[in-house]
Amino acid sequence: MSASAIMFYIVGALVLTFGILTVFTRKIFRAAVYLLLSLIGIAGIYILMDMQFVAALQIVIYVGGIVVLIIFSIFLTHSAGERLPSRLPKHLFWAVFLAATGLLLSAHVIYQFNYVASTIAPIEHSVKNIGEQLIDFRKYGYVFPFEVVSILLLSAMIGSIVIAMKTKKQ
Amino acid sequence: MNTVVEGFKLMPIENYIVLSALLFVIGILGVLVKRNALVVFMSVELMLNSVNLLFAAFSVYHNDTSGQVIVIFTMVVAAAEVAVGLAILVLTYRTNHSIDINLLNKLKH
Repeated sequence: MSASAIMFYIVGALVLTFGILTVFTRKIFRAAVYLLLSLIGIAGIYILMDMQFVAALQIVIYVGGIVVLIIFSIFLTHSAGERLPSRLPKHLFWAVFLAATGLLLSAHVIYQFNYVASTIAPIEHSVKNIGEQLIDFRKYGYVFPFEVVSILLLSAMIGSIVIAMKTKKQ
Repeated sequence: MNTVVEGFKLMPIENYIVLSALLFVIGILGVLVKRNALVVFMSVELMLNSVNLLFAAFSVYHNDTSGQVIVIFTMVVAAAEVAVGLAILVLTYRTNHSIDINLLNKLKH
């Protein structure tokens, strides 16, 4: 077993452990911190796949943006140290049953499928290549989704301001 | 760069897919079991991340940068979703003084 495989197993186990802790911890602030650690672990897997740019984006957007936003809304909606209510056992049984069935079905497909490795020469996952493909307007370019996504971001920004704004009492 | 491709020969892509599937299942469990809307949001983030991981793994496997471009788009959509969703949550808390998702059934009545 190579060193990168061992690293993959360690980081993957960390990601899964922190993911489970995120879902099943009873204190909501700890859930946010476990989510943060799980997302950092995913950035580590990106680095193992030699994608430094995507790993940096993962840290900047998820860890620096989304988790901070979630922690802010925890402060806005919870009193500190409050415990979450315990869950119903019947509800839990059906949730675990559905999730396990889905996992078994997909694992069956994953291990049955015959993967064919690509014969194309390896390309460098550099920022230059990603950026060129992102704003390319010819075939296999992504300039149209790029523009659509920019409009989506703008409308989400304005929309969240309008939703959370306090209306003046007449 | 060659080391990554050789690494994929040493370690099959099934491992990456199974890791993504497990993370996705954890997210599904969170959405189904938890009643706090913020924890449901965190579970949705976990699911989005598992799909991102799968796109990145296949991007290396097929020697194609398209997967990483789609990862970037997914991150942008996730950020927009979280911004709007948390604004709605704050508004819900202001009217209900709770973010229990069982209270969010006003459209039924």
